[in-house]
Amino acid sequence: MEPGHHWLMLLAAAVLPFAAAPLALYLARWRRGLVAWFAGGVGVVVFTALLTLAPAVVGGASVALDWPWMPSLGLEFSLRLNGLSLLFALLVVGIGLLIFVYTHYYLPADKPAARLYALLLLFMGSMLGIVLSGNLLLLLMFWELTSVSSFLLIGFETARPEARQAARTALIITAGGGLALLAGILMLGQMAGGYSVEQVLGAREVIQAHPLYVPALVLTLLGAFTKSGQVPFHFWLPEAMVAPTPVSAYLHSAAMVKAGVYLLALLFPVLSGTAWWFYLVVGTGLTTLLFAAYIALFKHDLKGLLAYSTVSHLGLVTLLLGFGTPLGAVAGIFHVINHAIFKASLFMAAGIIDHEAGTRDMRILNGLWRFMPYTATLAMISAAAMAGVPLFNGFLSKEMFFAETVHQQWLGALNWLLPLAATAAGAFAVAYSVRFIHDVFFNGSGEHLPKRPHEPPLWMKAPVGVLSTLCLVVGIFPEATVAPLLKGAVQAVLQAPPPEYSLRVWHGFTLPMTMSVLAMAGGVLIYAVRHRLFALHDLYLPEYSATGLFRRGTALLLAGAGAFTRTLDNGALHRYVAALLVTALVLGGSPILDGLVLTFPSLEEVGAGAGVTALLVASGALATAAMHRHRLVAVVALSLVGLGVVLAFAGLSAPDLALTQMAVEIVTTVLFLLVLYFLPQRTAVRASLRRRGLDAGLSLGVGAVAAVLAWEMLNQNGGSGLSDYFRAQSLPASGAENVVNAILVDFRGFDTLGEITVLAVAATATYAALYGLRLNLARADERGRSWSADPHPLVLAMTTRPLLPLAMMVAVYLFLRGHHLPGGGFVAGVITSAALILQYLASGVGWTRQRLRLEYFDVIGGGLLLAVLTGVGAMLGGLPFLTSGAAQLQVPGLGSVKLYSAMAFELGVFCVVVGTVVCILSWLGRLSLEQAGAVLPRQEAE
Amino acid sequence: MALLLAGVIGIMVACSAYLLLRGESFPVVLGLTLLSYAANLFLFASGGLALGGAPIIGAPGAGEVDPLPQALVLTAIVIGFGMIAFVLALVLRARGDLGSDRISEGQGRE
Repeated sequence: MEPGHHWLMLLAAAVLPFAAAPLALYLARWRRGLVAWFAGGVGVVVFTALLTLAPAVVGGASVALDWPWMPSLGLEFSLRLNGLSLLFALLVVGIGLLIFVYTHYYLPADKPAARLYALLLLFMGSMLGIVLSGNLLLLLMFWELTSVSSFLLIGFETARPEARQAARTALIITAGGGLALLAGILMLGQMAGGYSVEQVLGAREVIQAHPLYVPALVLTLLGAFTKSGQVPFHFWLPEAMVAPTPVSAYLHSAAMVKAGVYLLALLFPVLSGTAWWFYLVVGTGLTTLLFAAYIALFKHDLKGLLAYSTVSHLGLVTLLLGFGTPLGAVAGIFHVINHAIFKASLFMAAGIIDHEAGTRDMRILNGLWRFMPYTATLAMISAAAMAGVPLFNGFLSKEMFFAETVHQQWLGALNWLLPLAATAAGAFAVAYSVRFIHDVFFNGSGEHLPKRPHEPPLWMKAPVGVLSTLCLVVGIFPEATVAPLLKGAVQAVLQAPPPEYSLRVWHGFTLPMTMSVLAMAGGVLIYAVRHRLFALHDLYLPEYSATGLFRRGTALLLAGAGAFTRTLDNGALHRYVAALLVTALVLGGSPILDGLVLTFPSLEEVGAGAGVTALLVASGALATAAMHRHRLVAVVALSLVGLGVVLAFAGLSAPDLALTQMAVEIVTTVLFLLVLYFLPQRTAVRASLRRRGLDAGLSLGVGAVAAVLAWEMLNQNGGSGLSDYFRAQSLPASGAENVVNAILVDFRGFDTLGEITVLAVAATATYAALYGLRLNLARADERGRSWSADPHPLVLAMTTRPLLPLAMMVAVYLFLRGHHLPGGGFVAGVITSAALILQYLASGVGWTRQRLRLEYFDVIGGGLLLAVLTGVGAMLGGLPFLTSGAAQLQVPGLGSVKLYSAMAFELGVFCVVVGTVVCILSWLGRLSLEQAGAVLPRQEAE
Repeated sequence: MALLLAGVIGIMVACSAYLLLRGESFPVVLGLTLLSYAANLFLFASGGLALGGAPIIGAPGAGEVDPLPQALVLTAIVIGFGMIAFVLALVLRARGDLGSDRISEGQGRE
């Protein structure tokens, strides 16, 4: 293959699992058996793609792919394949492939195989994404995707409450860690000046000298530790064992929990080597290693034992990386490989045992050797690797680990503690490995099992066989098997040539060898006295429970949140609004108290027009508030305010605003009147005097703050500062003389697009709120005078019909001139709607809809589409979205006509406005018709 | 002129706040409408006040007029209508489903 096509293979490897996941769901509908073949096929293809890239990568080169995504945020879609990512990717896909085979035989026929395979594929893609990401932000996205797929997989059996519970716990812990990681990555990226892995790795000195190094380190470590089940965040992992066993084997031992370790290895060159790194990572790793190794021995559930053992081994890897030495990194990475191999194999063996014997409780299980010697042999090989017996792969990395603990000097006089702790942890590992084998396969005759066991199908054993064989092959011939992979990965982690190390099995009678022998002997001894230990453990260490603590904590949090919510939300709007207003008062008022000096110039000349307008608005507002219990009067008073605002806009050099406000005023008033038709004419209940007094006081305060702020703003009068730019560019860039219009359709066209989208949403929401509504309609006003029996007076109908073409003409005129004079799509749209609504009001919904066969949502959607397409059109021409263009056309009879692409955009705006306003108002009108029992024409019934 | 406008905005905000604190839905919507008038005026005023001009190239006094707040307010006016319409639809729905337009204590939480 040409090196030039490497990136294509890389992309295929990263994308294929994601593409396959939804397909798996569909395939299974067709035939259940097919989905396993399909998933397996995908695994094989991805694995092959990775293998073809391996020779180049192992040689030290790296394959890369960089596509800009959101460059302004530093986010790139960039993939990297170097030694480290190759190693992890091969583990993820290779073990995934075996899991796919195993799952097919493991899953009972009544369980949804398709969902399981789809989720496993999704997970495989996410995990590959983590290890292949060349950008930390991209990595984080995949990181969260693994949390999500883990959540879905743990809760796979949705009917079981404990499965849902465990899934929730795992999500809270890992996604919480993800949030911390996000913060950590953002800080690292800010320090390094970019988020690409290269940039961050190259900024070691800057980052370690930065004052925020420690917070960034702690946050990043939180992400890694939660994911990799380090104490005290470990408890989600044993809980997650309620998932189907293939999931436990894959996500919760071989792959996902390694993501945290991968992150530590990835950022090793930047973050390691400081005292903080050493104490935090070594401390956490050591605690986890010892604590979990101890607990594992006391778990009677096979999967529980394996889960704690996994936590312990993850602690071991963390500890090794924490040392910050090159050899520590070598040992850590080597152990990642070995652990993935033997632990996935053991989990699958545990699944077989559960499947065949009907239980996973080691107090019930015994004597299975007689029934399944092959499975037992395979399990023994893997367990020997877990215990660190020579000639098995676990031994090699454990020796390296022992050797590393001997060489640490950070603890000064307490240096001897590390080798001691390592040996103790090793002894416990031996003890629980022996327990796994002896309790299950020997230790009795296997008479009283829930099921009579026998060997599982060949292909269920085969994946275990592959991995067990690997344990042996790697353990005996490390140089011929993993050495190149390990070397490539170490090179990538250290960003330097790897140190001298030897993978030989026999190094002579060294101190690490002695430690190994001690651990073996100690382990067997511990196992021999296990019954006494169990009794002691139960007596003195009552049910240890970080889980309980977590549950109580979350329950407390929920109760607190509930109490807070109930205080704020007592079911009354009054309290929210009061809270909001008080906040506004405090926030807006504090700068005033903070020594803002008010300047009161001598009263200026105020023109008579301005005075009258102000009087109109102020008295209208006061009347609305005062008369609000007489609702019709209040609406009239409110429209006075609107009218005053129109005058204000007109007087203060805003003709466009005046026009729009005027037109909107009409439809708003119609809207209020239509609604009022369904509501009581008066507000019957009156609040207490005290309450009204308090409300009035608060309102006056808020009003005063608003007035002061407005006054200060007007005095400063800086303007937006952008106006000069817009004024200067309007004609040359947009061809518009009306600057407001140029801003709307061109400079800030994206905003306008957003705003008409909001309108469309408002129309949809209003429609949804009114759909199927039934209201009791008053037949008479408050004094008992009945409403007019004639809903559509003839005079009104006859006078409004000629108005329609006139209004339309005005609308067209305003629309066309909008680019140069006050007008445009918004105002033309509102005027058209007003004219149409008038027809509905005067002649009835049925009459109008028979003549105006228009679906509102077609008009709204069409308008939006037109606006978007206009913008896309500019992009096709290589210009930014929504750039306006112009064309000179010769039209016979009209001469030369200049057409702007902005006009198509304006037409879109126009359509959305018309569709929205008419939709809302005619629905309200129709409501009244339905209530009145009028028979609607057939097309109305929809 | 500035003092006058600031005073009017203050009165509008005070009246709308009082209406927002009422216990029935309809006055609250009136308050919301009044508040959106006030907010539009406030936003508009941020560009400074100019008399007798227009933000149109070639118009007298065009250099004094800040077009940006005007553009912002223009869409705000239309969106304001959409918002009021939606809130009114909710008012009707609440009345239809709950049989009352009271929104004070003891209502809404069953």
